[in-house]
Amino acid sequence: MASRVFGLGLVALLLIVMNIYTDWLDPVRARVGVIATPFYWFTDLPARMSGWTRDSLQSRESLRQQNAALNAEVLILKRKLQQMASLTAENLRLRQLMNSAEMVQERVLIAEMIGISPDPLAHKVIINKGSEQGVYPGQPLLDAFGLMGQVVAVSRYSSEVLLITDSTHALPVQVNRNGVRAVAEGVGDLYQLKLRHVPNTLDIRQGDLLVSSGLGQRFPVGYPVAEVESVIHDPSQPFATVNARPKAQLNRSRHVLLVFSRQSDGDQRGEG
Amino acid sequence: MEGARGHNRWLIAVLFLLGFVLAVFPLPVEWRWLRPEFIAILVIYWITVMPQQFGAGLAWCVGILQDVIEGVVLGEHALALVLVAYVCQLSYQRIRSYAVWQQSAWVFVLVGIHQLFGNWVHSLLGYSAPPLLFLSPAFMSALLWPVAILLFERLRTAYRVA
Repeated sequence: MASRVFGLGLVALLLIVMNIYTDWLDPVRARVGVIATPFYWFTDLPARMSGWTRDSLQSRESLRQQNAALNAEVLILKRKLQQMASLTAENLRLRQLMNSAEMVQERVLIAEMIGISPDPLAHKVIINKGSEQGVYPGQPLLDAFGLMGQVVAVSRYSSEVLLITDSTHALPVQVNRNGVRAVAEGVGDLYQLKLRHVPNTLDIRQGDLLVSSGLGQRFPVGYPVAEVESVIHDPSQPFATVNARPKAQLNRSRHVLLVFSRQSDGDQRGEG
Repeated sequence: MEGARGHNRWLIAVLFLLGFVLAVFPLPVEWRWLRPEFIAILVIYWITVMPQQFGAGLAWCVGILQDVIEGVVLGEHALALVLVAYVCQLSYQRIRSYAVWQQSAWVFVLVGIHQLFGNWVHSLLGYSAPPLLFLSPAFMSALLWPVAILLFERLRTAYRVA
């Protein structure tokens, strides 16, 4: 019995090492990941049921109110969009004048969060779109408020997304006000990001909006990532401590957007 | 004797399926450390009552399945569960004669070993768990044990699982 346990343990150990230090097992995982989907789908049922009852057991009055509010919001957004169209055209003209690269058009896919990784240390969520819908590893995920994370594992009908607050995640950002670049790291707290190696003399203030800079070639340019919450200049430290709060509602958003940028459609396995 | 073999074993599979559902059930962020290790509890229980039929090999398969379903490193739970199964197989006669609270303490130790391996794999990945907090699933499992064993014993005798 002991030798069998030893053998099984050794196989498991080998799997662990292969999984962590090589990517040989990735195709296998993508294949067998299918069996995980029904479990997440099942655990998502209560949430879906409550959503359904909330949607279908509503009074006429509240529906009318909601409709009116949505109409008003659409009007406001449409007005903004009108400006946006002319601004985009102008931006394109200017870019052509400067001979710089064209802006990439982005296609989005609406997905739904169906689960959270049960691992208490990792900040990962499971969404209900997979390779069947064209999701690929490294694909950015957004919600209505900002950048949420990137896809790290894809199976046929679901995929796993690493959130930007995970302690193994970092992404290049820039301050929207002046274009100063930095790297935002997750610290394992859903409401906090840390900026890495920010010199004490850098122009960065509380309330600054951090947007993705696109330098890592993974996230598209210009999506809001976080808002600077505090900047601490401590003379005893070589760098300033900058804390930021993610814009995306990582703990609440159910409907999320997967972005297909035209660049990454061709080059799906680009390193970032 | 031959006719009694393999009676109602599907119940074990159903319990494990239920265990997997509970293992991935979404919990609020504040409660994420309070989830007991349902699968480890099930493995400990079935090895204690059916050590001849349920061994380290099955525990390994269950562990791999758990890794795939939870989306963690392949082999993490397999390794932990194989070791837990081994210790269980060596000590099942003693566990059976224990009082329930003593069994609970033993479950704490076993799931604690399980968590140690999980924590080790996490540290390879670059995560660092707050010290001692990673043992809280072991504590919760020990708390759950008396209830779980009551339920499992009822089911096992009602369906005469053998």
